[in-house]
Amino acid sequence: MIRIIDYGVGNIQAFVNMYKRLGLPAARAKTPNDLADATRLVLPGVGAFDHAMQSFNMSGLREPLEAMVLGRGVPVLGVCVGMQMLASGSDEGVLPGLNWIPGRVRSFVNTPEGAQLAMPHMGWNDLQVAPGAKLFSESQPQPRFYFLHSYYFACDDRDQVTATATYGLKFDCVVSKGHIHGIQCHPEKSHRFGAHLLKNFAIL
Amino acid sequence: MLRPRIIPCLLIHKGGLVKTQVFKSPKYVGDPINAVKIFNEKESDELMVLDIDATVNCVEPNYSLIAKLAAECRMPLTYGGGVNSVEHAKRIIDLGVEKVAISAAAVTNPRLVTSIAQAIGRQSVVVVLDVRKKSGLLAKGYELCTHNAKTTHKLDPVSFAKSLQEAGAGEIVVNSVDRDGLMNGYDLDIAEQVFESLRVPMTMLGGAGSLQDIALLVRKCGVVGAAAGSLFVFKGKYRAVLINYPTVEQKEEILSAAVSPLIIHHP
Repeated sequence: MIRIIDYGVGNIQAFVNMYKRLGLPAARAKTPNDLADATRLVLPGVGAFDHAMQSFNMSGLREPLEAMVLGRGVPVLGVCVGMQMLASGSDEGVLPGLNWIPGRVRSFVNTPEGAQLAMPHMGWNDLQVAPGAKLFSESQPQPRFYFLHSYYFACDDRDQVTATATYGLKFDCVVSKGHIHGIQCHPEKSHRFGAHLLKNFAIL
Repeated sequence: MLRPRIIPCLLIHKGGLVKTQVFKSPKYVGDPINAVKIFNEKESDELMVLDIDATVNCVEPNYSLIAKLAAECRMPLTYGGGVNSVEHAKRIIDLGVEKVAISAAAVTNPRLVTSIAQAIGRQSVVVVLDVRKKSGLLAKGYELCTHNAKTTHKLDPVSFAKSLQEAGAGEIVVNSVDRDGLMNGYDLDIAEQVFESLRVPMTMLGGAGSLQDIALLVRKCGVVGAAAGSLFVFKGKYRAVLINYPTVEQKEEILSAAVSPLIIHHP
């Protein structure tokens, strides 16, 4: 069962809907009990970093999830702010991140390139995928995804960057550290490109 | 490269899908869920659904319809109509909708934009401003309307758009009342004025009659949102109902037309 982590932040239903269409069993997990049957975890998130971290820390789900992800190696996919939460911290807030994938979340506006651009970065953009990336295995060429964000993940270890995208500057869009994955754009709303990635995550 | 967002805008009236002209005479064009399914197949960039009854009838958003739309929709969905509280916005987001559009409530109470942005994140807050060229001999500029253009407000749309951005709006949709359904092109003057005053993404709605009109908007303002109703639900001069949407190739042409001569191959 794919469990979508419901800590009160993020578009849970969109993932449930997408997996339902793909014919893969998925449901939201609101309590530690809901996590018992999870073989895959999706960590969504929208809005401000601190709000998401605080909600997650207070949800009662963090401890069991850390045991599952860090202890038992259950694959996890962080999406949008859910991806940013995997980092060590964010320029948007003061709370520490999960530090599951070392890196820092930075603001486009604080870069010379980003300061000139409309914010948030909203719409369809191309991904440059690293060769051999499992999340993109058998993906169609030139994948396009839907983005909606003002902060981006800057991964410490370049080997953990699976895909980049460019908006004024090139930024890390998909990161993978073993079974821990994060994606900045929205696979749940990116037509066949997103559906394919979510399917790949489910059968990794 | 980031692409302009080409967005079908669907109007809901009495549970069905309609298309209006100058905010009047709604013509029934089909079933909303069926339309969403077709736009899924056509891989539309985004979808905007506006319930044009809710605010006028003083009723809450139709949550069961929104849930069905969100469950079907495989692209980012913006819902608007009757949203006038933080609770409304949160409930709509929880149904699987990406962005909530506020219109009349944002005009009468801009602070609501701030509260909703705090609750759901500003990236999910869209403000739709219904604007109209002032009429009359000596009239100049634009005016802001609400309630299906039956109420006019003494506010300058350009500076008001900017103040809503400061209040927490993540996107501003400029809806040209006097171009609605006429398919004679976007109002590029107001588009340029609002675009230049904003930092958040802008989307134009009202007037698009061809892909060329979208290319003209992109040429004027760059990577923006181009929303349209009639263009994507009607075919031909008799306005036969036929849902359509540009192909990937046509979208690339629109993008290249933004910087080169306008040659768009129509479907």
